[in-house]
Amino acid sequence: MMKRIFPHPILSVTLTVVWLALVNKVTLGNLLLGAFLGMVVPILTGPYWPRRPKIGRPLRVIEYIFIVLWDIVIANVQVALIVLFKPNSDIRSHWITIPLNITSPEAITVLAGTITMTPGTVSAMLSADSGSILVHCLHTDDPAGVRDTIKGRYEWRLKEIFQ
Amino acid sequence: MDLAIELLVSFFLIVAGVFAIVGSFGLVKLKDTMPRLHAPTKATTLGVGGVLIASMLYFLLIKGVFSFHELLITLFLFLTAPISAHFIAKTFMQANVRPEDLPETERDYGWSVYEDPPAAADDDAK
Repeated sequence: MMKRIFPHPILSVTLTVVWLALVNKVTLGNLLLGAFLGMVVPILTGPYWPRRPKIGRPLRVIEYIFIVLWDIVIANVQVALIVLFKPNSDIRSHWITIPLNITSPEAITVLAGTITMTPGTVSAMLSADSGSILVHCLHTDDPAGVRDTIKGRYEWRLKEIFQ
Repeated sequence: MDLAIELLVSFFLIVAGVFAIVGSFGLVKLKDTMPRLHAPTKATTLGVGGVLIASMLYFLLIKGVFSFHELLITLFLFLTAPISAHFIAKTFMQANVRPEDLPETERDYGWSVYEDPPAAADDDAK
């Protein structure tokens, strides 16, 4: 019964909070309207997202967010330096294959997004069985090192979060 | 005190402006679609981020109200930027990159643009 009304409880809470933030004012009316949206939208979109993602360690999510935010700042500076000071002939771009240990679609989505937002890498494609991810690296002399950084810094954390 | 706040807000605006212009410059300078993708997905995130931090500080310290809108813009930006980059990359590869140019998948199946996924029945069984 609960599962029918709230197919995705976390999504419901998120939608309510996002609604309150959009109107930028917390009143009873807004809260009710937000809660209504938080109830209806997951039900309407339920058919497209039948499985419920498990979040094993919610506190780890916060740690992950801060690590990624910090890396984004670093990534911005690095990419800016490459763009400004490296002549095009010196930029050595690489394709890198990263085999994945995570299987949940949500975890892979978050990892792909993280890779795109962080140092000099863009996630481009998954293999047909979603077992590995193709990453384009703007400039590196050590493709294997980039792969190990992504696996060591992000992937095992996501594995812990989504298990 | 007001001067210090204004300096702080201006600092973030200038940092944002610098990164935005570097991002746009990257689009012009880099010579291929894939390297070009790097410029807008990164350098501009800090560009937009700086403006948003400046805006939050301004409303918080000078107007005295806390504004959530900037947090939402950040959230939506982080959701949409990787997805649009992914779309652009896939469209580009579909038309211009051959599977032979790419590294192996290290799996039994090839990259998804060039090869069908394993039968859907297997997928449900997992």
